Amino acid sequence: MQLNEMKAHELLPLLKKKEISSTEITESVFKQIDQRKRVNAYISIMKDRAFQQAKIIDKKYSQGEIKKEYIAGIPMAVKDNICIKDFPTTCGSKILNGFRPPYNGTVIEKITRHLGIIVGKTNMDEFAMGSSTETSFFGPTLNPHNLEYIPGGSSGGSAAAVADNQTILAIGSDTGGSIRQPAALCGVVGMKPTYGLVSRYGLVAFASSLDQIGTFSRDVKDSALLLNVIAGYDPNDSTSIKSETIDYTKGLEENIKNLKIGVPREYFIEGIDKRIKARVQKVISDLEKEGAVVEPVNLPHTKYAVADYYIIAPSEASSNLARYDGVKYGYRSGSSGSDKDLLSMYFNTRREGFGEEVKRRILIGTFSLSSGYYDAYYLKAMKVRTCIKNDFEKAFKKCDCLITPTSPTPAFKLGEKTEDPLKMYLSDIFTISANLAGIPGISIPCGKTDEGLPIGLQILASHFQEKKMLKLAYQAEQLLKKEM
Amino acid sequence: MEFEPVIGLEVHVQLNTETKIFCTCSTRFGSTPNTNVCPVCLGLPGVLPVLNQNVLKKAIQASLALNCHIASYSKFDRKHYYYPDLPKNYQISQYDLPIGYKGFLDIRNNDKTKRINITRVHMEEDAGKLIHSEKSSASFSYVDYNRTGVPLIEIVSEPDISSPAEAHRYLEVLKNRMRYIEVSDCNMEEGSLRCDANISIRPTGSKELGVKTEIKNMNSFKAVEKALEYEIKRQIEMLESKQKIKQETRLWDADKEVTTSMRSKEEAHDYRYFPEPDLVPIIVGPEWVKELKASLPQMPDEKFKQYIKKMGIPDENAYRLTAEKELALFFEKCAELYDNYKSLSNWIISEIVQYLNKHQKTIHDLKKLDPKSFVSLVKMVDKGEITSRVAKDVSTEVIEKGTDPEKIVKEKNLKQVSDVSAIDKMVDDVMAEEPDAVEKFKAGKEGVIGYLVGKVMQKSKGKANPKVVTELFRAKLK
Ligand SMILES: [Zn+2]
Repeated sequence: MQLNEMKAHELLPLLKKKEISSTEITESVFKQIDQRKRVNAYISIMKDRAFQQAKIIDKKYSQGEIKKEYIAGIPMAVKDNICIKDFPTTCGSKILNGFRPPYNGTVIEKITRHLGIIVGKTNMDEFAMGSSTETSFFGPTLNPHNLEYIPGGSSGGSAAAVADNQTILAIGSDTGGSIRQPAALCGVVGMKPTYGLVSRYGLVAFASSLDQIGTFSRDVKDSALLLNVIAGYDPNDSTSIKSETIDYTKGLEENIKNLKIGVPREYFIEGIDKRIKARVQKVISDLEKEGAVVEPVNLPHTKYAVADYYIIAPSEASSNLARYDGVKYGYRSGSSGSDKDLLSMYFNTRREGFGEEVKRRILIGTFSLSSGYYDAYYLKAMKVRTCIKNDFEKAFKKCDCLITPTSPTPAFKLGEKTEDPLKMYLSDIFTISANLAGIPGISIPCGKTDEGLPIGLQILASHFQEKKMLKLAYQAEQLLKKEM
Repeated sequence: MEFEPVIGLEVHVQLNTETKIFCTCSTRFGSTPNTNVCPVCLGLPGVLPVLNQNVLKKAIQASLALNCHIASYSKFDRKHYYYPDLPKNYQISQYDLPIGYKGFLDIRNNDKTKRINITRVHMEEDAGKLIHSEKSSASFSYVDYNRTGVPLIEIVSEPDISSPAEAHRYLEVLKNRMRYIEVSDCNMEEGSLRCDANISIRPTGSKELGVKTEIKNMNSFKAVEKALEYEIKRQIEMLESKQKIKQETRLWDADKEVTTSMRSKEEAHDYRYFPEPDLVPIIVGPEWVKELKASLPQMPDEKFKQYIKKMGIPDENAYRLTAEKELALFFEKCAELYDNYKSLSNWIISEIVQYLNKHQKTIHDLKKLDPKSFVSLVKMVDKGEITSRVAKDVSTEVIEKGTDPEKIVKEKNLKQVSDVSAIDKMVDDVMAEEPDAVEKFKAGKEGVIGYLVGKVMQKSKGKANPKVVTELFRAKLK
């Protein structure tokens, strides 16, 4: 097995024993990146910086300076909507052309402090708006399992990079399923922590009340490891929560006897791919055999989640994206002198700089917030959001975790849904509710379709119950391993 | 038909915190453009605001000083409009749940007290400043973001103001209070106080409101008064000539002394307010409010009442002393040392206030002014040790240097001379030198005695006791 195909928790003991070096891992990762350019997982790579860091970390390992290794010397990819000082941050958009943030996001600070090696910035749907990574200004990312298929989105680049061994770990962001859905479609583990557990400082906002940074990895343990690094209160993010420090890698092996698993009826409806339904149900019954208590639950407002999301997220987006106007940074129209005044500069910059999906959502959001429509749309949506939250609260009084499919379908072909936004929006039907409620969710691979396309299983837990969620995910993963 | 104006004011006050409202940049005025900035106040992609607790504290103090209720639960909202001086193209402000609400200010105008109700006090961030090139042909402008994120409170009054003079008084009282509690220096030239006005007119006695206009761009209290006067006249003329008043925003042109239309109601922005998702709700406990309330200094109108009722000071003096907190405090320090309050108040106004006006200074500039030496000056006059004239001559040194007036009087030999034998010769001399005046007095023109006394005062360099001089004249000219 090549180094770049291994997991972080397998590599770390080898690094510590000095059997391998961080430079060697980094080399193997970049070799794969170079060979698999057509997957288009990365928007930019950070080769020089990565090797410089690897060299320093190798020295630290050899001098025994690394006491607790966490992710020291492990290559990782970062979605291109998280700011790294002096490196381009594009959000997959033309409008951020040339923008280099003068500061590091908090997760970048944390990764750097724990000596993780950032190898590059991954491709994404423009401003994280999409479910297929096809709306990126830099072209679509391809699904490594079959290059004719999309990898999911919006963090498709991060998911594909992990699936394709172009990195060991990756960071993504999840606003309505943007980590979990591509993880499912690419056959990797993707976790969205509780809203407020990981600082959003430095994450370019799409929908502030829904956005959350999370992890991609090849197994559950690696996600727990990376969560250890990125979780925690940040005074720069007023919405981040003060909480005790938890080691998420501890207790994964504990048995799940009497753990109560809820199966929401609303997530096993008509229209969901039969093979997906069968695979997820198989895992549930296997867990039951292990001693978990399985019971059906109701989340009656689930049917409103997509509609609700497509009011709230675009509303916040229309506000968050107002700053891209050509005045201060990024793309500005009129190099040919076509802008005769301020207003035409605004219009032309935004017309030329944003893609179609982003414009669609800005329009929806602007409309929803307009005076005379606010009550009927945004305010109503916020009320529905409370109903969805309450559904979960009730369910989590009865059970510890919920299990659902991550996505109603496996990966679809490139271009298959680009002409039909509504169809595309339904890709996130099972993931959106967790963002509206602010609860954590994780997608783990649970087999493949006959065509060899990965299937994802989603576990949801109550606020800040990542530990429980990871334990169940780990146990499910072990059962699936046995099966294979 | 008689008309009456209905006026409401929106006042922006810059809070004097060291750092900005959502980041740690300095709020210093007059720095090199774009030096007091950071990713947060520049609204760069990915940044998040964090509320400066000092801003909240000062906003609550200001609200309390304006007799407002404090919201136990309030929040920030985003107000959207596109302008290059607003880096995020939205301003973080408070929309439906302001920090302070339902307050009032009592103002005195023409010896009557009137209550102006205050609708709300809310917090918000300031915008930057556009700098236009001097060449009119220039195809671009500059923008300075130093002011972006400087904390403001907006104080909105009810339409309770019924004349331009009242508006002026309201602003004075408001400014006073903000300065008393030291949350702002309210300097209109530096933009730390800004005022917009809403005004309509209606037939006197009518209960219905007319169509209002909003007036902007007034750069002084005087300008507010003038602009309102102009606008009342304009609106009355419109109605009298059967024209309709348009709801619109108008700009005051200080040079031409007119208001001109800026934008109509139809062109008004739709600000698309919604709750700021990057900030958590503001929860203010009753304990904190109590604590802040208790820590507020005595307000000018309370002092005013106390000065009149308990200290027997004339209204006008009390008003002038309480206009500036430092002045009031100086007076109070003096009053601890000497209980002829009326005399103290007279001398503070005639000497210190006049000195400040003459030299365009504030009492803060008088670093050496010492209540002890000033009191001793007043005492010397009251006891007849020096004349008022001498007191006025030495007051500058007392004000500027804090010198003990006894020392000055001694060194310069300025003690009042009441000894008849010393004055007698001077009286005789003046009588010899001013035969015309003497004749007039003898002919019954009593008033001329003041002139004669003045001549003696000149000769004595102000030291002669004018009472003694007068008596001598009367005796000799009988
Ligand atoms: Zn700043």
